[in-house]
Amino acid sequence: MPDDQTHKPEVIIKGIPASPGIAIGPVFLFRKSAPTIREKSITAGEVPQEIARLEQAVARSHKELRKILDFALSKLGDDKAKIFEAQLMILEDSILFETVYKRVRNELKNAEFVVHDEIGKYHRMMLTSKDEYTRERAHDVEDVRNRILRNLQEEKLISRLEGSSVIISQNLTAADTLILSRNDVLGYATDIGGITSHTALLARALKIPAVVGARNVSHSVQHGERVIVDGYSGVVYINPSETTVRELEEKQRQFKLFEERLSELRDLPAETLDGHRVELSANMEFEKEIEFIRLQGADGIGLYRSEMLLIGKEVFPSEEEQAEQYRLIAESMYPKRVIIRTFDVGGDKIVADAVKENNPFLGWRGIRVMLDKPDLFLEQLRAILRSSTKKNVAVMFPMISSIKEVRAAKGYVEEAKKQLRAQNLPFDENIKVGIMVEVPAAAVLAEDLADEVDFLSIGTNDLIQYLLAVDRGNDVVSGLYQEFHPAVLRFLRRIIERGKKRDVWVGMCGEMAGDPMATLLLLGLGLDEFSVVPKVLPEIKKIIRSVKLREAKRIAKHALSLQTEDEVKAYLRSTMKERFPDIPLD
Amino acid sequence: MIEREVTIRNRAGLHTRPAASLVKLAAKFKAEFFIEKDGFEINGKSIIGVMTLAAEQGSKLHLKFSGEDEEEMARAVVALFDQGFGEPMQ
Repeated sequence: MPDDQTHKPEVIIKGIPASPGIAIGPVFLFRKSAPTIREKSITAGEVPQEIARLEQAVARSHKELRKILDFALSKLGDDKAKIFEAQLMILEDSILFETVYKRVRNELKNAEFVVHDEIGKYHRMMLTSKDEYTRERAHDVEDVRNRILRNLQEEKLISRLEGSSVIISQNLTAADTLILSRNDVLGYATDIGGITSHTALLARALKIPAVVGARNVSHSVQHGERVIVDGYSGVVYINPSETTVRELEEKQRQFKLFEERLSELRDLPAETLDGHRVELSANMEFEKEIEFIRLQGADGIGLYRSEMLLIGKEVFPSEEEQAEQYRLIAESMYPKRVIIRTFDVGGDKIVADAVKENNPFLGWRGIRVMLDKPDLFLEQLRAILRSSTKKNVAVMFPMISSIKEVRAAKGYVEEAKKQLRAQNLPFDENIKVGIMVEVPAAAVLAEDLADEVDFLSIGTNDLIQYLLAVDRGNDVVSGLYQEFHPAVLRFLRRIIERGKKRDVWVGMCGEMAGDPMATLLLLGLGLDEFSVVPKVLPEIKKIIRSVKLREAKRIAKHALSLQTEDEVKAYLRSTMKERFPDIPLD
Repeated sequence: MIEREVTIRNRAGLHTRPAASLVKLAAKFKAEFFIEKDGFEINGKSIIGVMTLAAEQGSKLHLKFSGEDEEEMARAVVALFDQGFGEPMQ
């Protein structure tokens, strides 16, 4: 670049693709630093002025928070907005502020110092609490304090952007992600966070491209620098060269064009050229996705992640609330089927004082938690059953690793039915029960488990992670997380064959089901149901509709005979390129 | 001064919503109101104080009321605790 001496070299940072799309624009570096506070003495004569200054700062903070709360209410609904209500209540705590004013008068100290010190006492106590819930609330207290301090120092809140920007931050809370989206946000990129982080979930719901877990990205950029966030591949380009910009713009154009053409497929069945029909359903997280899922022409919901109901909640949703939510989903999808997966969370979400686990992925989560908390489990099962009156609801258990667990879980389903009968509440007596196959032990026991249930749904994300002993959220080894590892492929074949031999249908709700490179392979292995993120649905349908089952079987057979992931991928890529030159593959 | 012992009965404990109902109720009375838990005392009319208590289900609190309407206040506040703040207790 001899003619442009100011152009810095292009830097590429790899992260996790969290929300699809490509964003190109200037960086807005979002930093939430704690204000620096100096202790100053004031004279008695300065007291009224100091008090007035503080009153003004509190009033301004109140106005700001009120706005945030209203915005959260309109965007997220009552329940999830509650986080911000707590902060407002602290601002309205007259006992607290009386003490603060009194201290300014008596100790003759500046307002910043007294606010920082007085609220700091509570903050410290909450931070050291052994109660998880209280420790979380400590962040609310800290947020309120920092808001008042910022207003005292008359610093502008940086949630307002000028023009459209790409937000880059070390981390973003649900609130940050939400509040910033009031502006023209082109994309998000963060240093930390995984595919299920709040940033990722909200960015997807808001349809804004995002990359999370892009190590050090916030320290590698400066305000205003040009960046590209590629939410398809999970890459951030800092100071991209003109060539890169052109390439990415082209990629974006390709994706958009392709999506438009696919919309024609909406009302056609997911059926091969020789008439083999499979079910093509959607994975669902938020209620607001239903509309989009229907528009995409889904055959149903193959996985509703019920734990999403817990996001931003302080209290566990009651049976009533759950029943209402499940019924709403079931009714909007009727007569299509909705599979509700019981809460799949770590123990800390359910019990405030859950044990700190060294290795939560191998710990107390999924069905293990629910079996240990029969009251909560029964409450959820009753709610699910109550939503099943139209007979289009099925229930699915996560993290099953033994026959014993399935039998215990089914026992609770029967118990819940009994309780509902006693209350004369209607439900589907023949509700279908299935399990996720995501622990290798469940894959090994596939045929025995199939005898216990109506369907198996393969959760590839965890299955691959457990099978290959790779934490895909761990940057150091995430490269070893291989969807097309020959061991994974053989495992999948085993689960599908064994399940079908015992007359249950076998589906897949992990990410692999929505990977276009895997479609022919999975079809050829005999998968009955693909449950995918709504966005990729038409694309997968197009692939299914363009082959004969026979051909897919041949492709699967050959792919299974290969010995390395590279060979498998090269083979699948070539078969795809030959048939679908216009489908973009990663 | 009146003193009372109460137990947190609702499942979720003294989280933000019950804390708010408690503070709101307390504000209706003139008497001073303090809550003690594990040797640590806070003003029962202060939401930030009540939040700091971290009182989960089953924890015992010592309540102190003093002022002209202390009798009436103690009765109302104890009743609120006994009803588990109108939340699920199971």
